Amino acid sequence: MSVAVLDYGIGNLRSAQKSLIRAGADAALTADPEVIARADGVVLPGVGAFGACMDALERTGLDVEAKRAAASGRPFLGICVGMQLLFEGSDETPGRSGLGILDGTVGLLPDGVKRPQMQWNKLHLDQPDHALLDGLDEAWMYFVHSYVAPMSEHTIASVDYGGPMCAAVGQDNVWATQFHPEKSADAGRRLLTNWVDHVERSVGDDSGGEEA
Amino acid sequence: MKVIRVIPCLDVDKGRVVKGVNFVDLRDAGDPVELAAIYDAQGADELVFLDITASSDDRDTTVAMAEAVAEQVYIPFTIGGGIRSVDDARRLLRAGADKVSINSAAVARPELVSEIAAEFGSQCCVVAIDGRRSGEIDTSLGPVPSGFEVYVKGGREATGLDAVEWAAKVVELGAGEILLTSMDRDGTREGFDVEMTRAISEAVDVPVIASGGVGGVSDLAPGVTEGGADAVLAASIFHFGESTVADAKTALSEAGLTVRPA
Repeated sequence: MSVAVLDYGIGNLRSAQKSLIRAGADAALTADPEVIARADGVVLPGVGAFGACMDALERTGLDVEAKRAAASGRPFLGICVGMQLLFEGSDETPGRSGLGILDGTVGLLPDGVKRPQMQWNKLHLDQPDHALLDGLDEAWMYFVHSYVAPMSEHTIASVDYGGPMCAAVGQDNVWATQFHPEKSADAGRRLLTNWVDHVERSVGDDSGGEEA
Repeated sequence: MKVIRVIPCLDVDKGRVVKGVNFVDLRDAGDPVELAAIYDAQGADELVFLDITASSDDRDTTVAMAEAVAEQVYIPFTIGGGIRSVDDARRLLRAGADKVSINSAAVARPELVSEIAAEFGSQCCVVAIDGRRSGEIDTSLGPVPSGFEVYVKGGREATGLDAVEWAAKVVELGAGEILLTSMDRDGTREGFDVEMTRAISEAVDVPVIASGGVGGVSDLAPGVTEGGADAVLAASIFHFGESTVADAKTALSEAGLTVRPA
């Protein structure tokens, strides 16, 4: 079962790749459209500024590949800024369009709390039956971010940080986490295993795949 | 919800942990990977590796160490010491470090902070500040209004920079976190300098890690309750097996603070 981790030349992607391998996936860092099109699941990581990540995605042509993969129905996982890129835009880089796969705009964390949020925080499951979150009620995850996606009907988990804050979303095949599962010890491993199991099932169903 | 992080700090020289780490059942007390895994299992929230390798020729071993740690440890870790350029930072981050911490190099050339932040993001750019009270120091280099001065070279060399003003400046330049060590308290086991910690944490809106002076787990909470820090760092109490990270978390929690359970 193959997973393509989109490699658009930013930061530390190796941790994400290694954690996915540990969770049972045959995960490769890649920018090759053919490899991405053949993969059973696709991961969009991200660190740094929203605008810089969008620039890098466009420069490598991976914005198109990310949109194509998300539209294909195959399991898609965004991590941290990779989650934020899925939205229409971000207050971090006003005027810069995101991938627009999910509705809404990413905004600054509220006043009165430290920015960035750089700490572990405890998940509240807004959708306890979501397959990504199996066994993770009140699990602790590691966050590093100053901007965050809006709470919505697609919020599957949240944390308390100056009020309820969107920690994970799930809309059809597109799932994403604001926290870093690859840095969240056993709880993060569990989440990635849940996702890899989901990729495995979707291959079995044949409801994923590039022909789907 | 503010959740206090407990961060063990390890000194490394040529990729090996040095300075008296003393666990009973340790196979190799110098192996950073084995120690990191122990602290991870104890519930450490992050790790800091302070690289004291003298020669720049040996810095490849630090990069290799970062790779080895990243291979087996699934909590965030920071590497500090000897980072003088964007390129040094890039090598460590690519090898798997989550953050780099810069100290003297930032004092020598503050633009390094903005360069690292612009290239990799503020979230991975920690500025370490070694502060000392001006009552015991030479202020001939200039005024130090807060009474706390920035030192470099392991607390031996005064810079004339006011620690509070310097903290505000590096945050403006793009630092995402401040690692504040009291050079007056470091190694004394008398507890954090909570006044200096408070002065810095009130001056910046990014997280502050309190460091220097921890002699027991009861010294940790005041760094937060009185000093306003977001995280606490300690070395010897963990290395000598006197206390575990779990003990530290129990102490913080008994002081009314929220921690990730060990």
